[in-house]
Amino acid sequence: MNISTTVQNEIQRELLRGLVGPCLRGALFIAAITGIAYPLATTGVAQLLMSEAASGSLIKQGDRVIGSRLIGQYFTATHYFHARPSATTGANPDGSGSSVSQPYNAGASLGSNQGPTNAVLIETVQRRAQDYRVRNGLPMDTAVPVDAVTASASGLDPHISVANALLQAKRVASARQLPVENVQTLISQHTEGRLLGLLGELRVNVLLLNIALDKQASESAAPASANAVGEHHVQ
Amino acid sequence: MEINIVGFALVLTIMGGLAVLMGKWLAYTFEGQCHWVLERWSYRALGVNPTERMGWARYGLVLLVSNAVMMGFGYLVLRLQVVLPLNGLGNAAQTPDLAFNTAASFITNTNWQAYGGETSLSNATQMLAITFLMFCGATAGVAAAGAFIRGLARASSQDIGNYWVDFMRILWRVMLPLCFVMALVYVWQGMPQTLDSQVMATTLEGARQQIILGPVASFESIKHIGTNGGGFFSMNAAHPFENPTPLTNTLHILSMLLIPSSLTVTFGLMLARRRQGWVFFGAFLVMFVGFLVLMYGAEQSGNPLLTQAGADQVLSSTQPGGNMEGKELRFGIAGTALFVTTTTAATTGSVNAMHDSLTPMGGFVPLAQMMLNTVFGGDGVGFINLIQYAILTVFLAGMMIGRTPEFLGKKIEVREIKLVMLSVLAHPASILGFTALAMLWPDTGTSLANHGAHGFSEVLYAYASGTANNGSAFAGFNANTPFFNATIGLAMLIGRYFTLLPLLAVAGSLAAKKTVPDSPGTFPTATPLFMGLLVFVVLIVGGLTFLPALALGPVVEHFQMLAGQLQP
Repeated sequence: MNISTTVQNEIQRELLRGLVGPCLRGALFIAAITGIAYPLATTGVAQLLMSEAASGSLIKQGDRVIGSRLIGQYFTATHYFHARPSATTGANPDGSGSSVSQPYNAGASLGSNQGPTNAVLIETVQRRAQDYRVRNGLPMDTAVPVDAVTASASGLDPHISVANALLQAKRVASARQLPVENVQTLISQHTEGRLLGLLGELRVNVLLLNIALDKQASESAAPASANAVGEHHVQ
Repeated sequence: MEINIVGFALVLTIMGGLAVLMGKWLAYTFEGQCHWVLERWSYRALGVNPTERMGWARYGLVLLVSNAVMMGFGYLVLRLQVVLPLNGLGNAAQTPDLAFNTAASFITNTNWQAYGGETSLSNATQMLAITFLMFCGATAGVAAAGAFIRGLARASSQDIGNYWVDFMRILWRVMLPLCFVMALVYVWQGMPQTLDSQVMATTLEGARQQIILGPVASFESIKHIGTNGGGFFSMNAAHPFENPTPLTNTLHILSMLLIPSSLTVTFGLMLARRRQGWVFFGAFLVMFVGFLVLMYGAEQSGNPLLTQAGADQVLSSTQPGGNMEGKELRFGIAGTALFVTTTTAATTGSVNAMHDSLTPMGGFVPLAQMMLNTVFGGDGVGFINLIQYAILTVFLAGMMIGRTPEFLGKKIEVREIKLVMLSVLAHPASILGFTALAMLWPDTGTSLANHGAHGFSEVLYAYASGTANNGSAFAGFNANTPFFNATIGLAMLIGRYFTLLPLLAVAGSLAAKKTVPDSPGTFPTATPLFMGLLVFVVLIVGGLTFLPALALGPVVEHFQMLAGQLQP
């Protein structure tokens, strides 16, 4: 055996020495630290200090959960502000295993994923714009705020634009027999600002705004008709 | 408009400041002499000798084998989901091809997901498989960058450091403390952090709404700091629980850029060539700003077809305007454009909007950035990729003036250029080769959500994302088939290790060389001229290969959109 092969063997032994054992132990050790200890420690501290936020920012009436501050809901009744279109789906109630449109299904977030030249997208937007004008009593040539006719990324967007909310104010006010100024005031009270005046968008949280409307109604002891309660949200 | 531009400038300025702080901390982490108590315990638990000096081959082999074992562990956990606790939703285990794809995806820092998080994984697998692999992939990438920079800094040296020391130090000194603090900030902003799986709500209109919960905040912080990008939920950082406010959106963006940008400063400090570090930072930034402008312009001017359909896309004081399909209102166009540019620059792959619904030129930007793979780039590997292009730049400049190229005081010779070219060629070969294969595969059509040019873009995007270890998707595309799980899984492994290992070899080879003193014939590399040349080489060498493919996808679609041609 000449010298160069001896050196080569030496290098090869050196390469493989203490390789597999530490790698096996390393996987288990690092899994225990990063996969168990770290998330559990974070959970413990978060629940201790900020239990409300760490549990999903839930809104409760009594002990009944009516939703999360951060997750949008599907509204169809005329006396509520309507949220953005949502592309989420759910299991077909007929049990066929297929899925059907189920807006604001927080069990399975979904965007439309339709491309900009997709014919279905353009037809859908056209139909939504038409429906929006009819619902809100707008002239047929009104350009509708883009957020009101496009599906959000998550399908759970809790916000609408101020422009969108203002166009719906008249409908909501007349359905509730309120002066439209009252509703506009509520909108401006529920408009969330930009971070440092720069980052993010001015936005209105639809669920919180609708809860505020209901609260105002129950305070004035003239509850709005709950005509949509119990409606099943499968189109 | 002005508000948005000032907003961009603010975020990028903060990024620059953080790069200096983090760059110093990383340099200390890579070079410090003392071991922390936790690190000494870790070495003992693993049974490794922290004083061992590893050559590049040994270092690369330990990285490779440890990653393989971790990937195997992740695969087992995913397959055993049904017998593990915390499966409140009763989700079934992933199939073998899907579990291979998922494990490969997370260990390579790609985070491509052929599954929807909330409908596929339990809280136990989200922690023990996904969160664990996210830490491993990111930490290994930063460790490799540390070894790489050390290799460039040393002369006549046989070793480039110790993998386990680098790994444990980055884990204990950078990843874990940062992620823990960031997770708490995220919870404060509204991200759930609980072991409960769900809560049932009765909505205002009386419907039942199933709200999925889980340990989201601890997942999000490593996802962005580690430039990982996989989502807890199917719709990733567009989901209000993964990204509840403009503040979390901004923190996500800063987290993604933190380590990739600071490595330029670390490099400057470790080589005592700070100017050179800033030249690299500048090259990153120039490309980033260019892509951001293109992205923001395309999305804010919107889609003329939507205007024809009756939508008002004009930016005003009461609405963001622009192409809002697949976007969230709280981020608007600006917050989305900055996020999309960042996530595909820093090859994170987290998304706060559906890239499939971007305008054609908006979709061009993420594709192009993943193809270049070095606009900041992922944790560790982005910087390594840039050095690869820098070596190529001095080589090309050397060719032009007929001198042996030198870089950082080392002669660049045949061996280095061969290794660099292996890595430079593996990247397009994987993206374009697999795309071509998929276009011929008979079942591809059934996976597409959109057809025509956009359908081609969906396939091209999938392999660009896999190979660049990005992980974002044109998500209408159904990649959960045995063919796509296998080929995208392979693309991720090729993209990761055919870049890392050849470049570690380059580092080893440069470390062994003697330093040559600068002579009047030396091409100075710490100058704006070199920065310009470098950007040029990245765009020409990295970009030109892909131009025909880009022309078939987004470019054709752009003209179709302008001409009002719809796809069925």
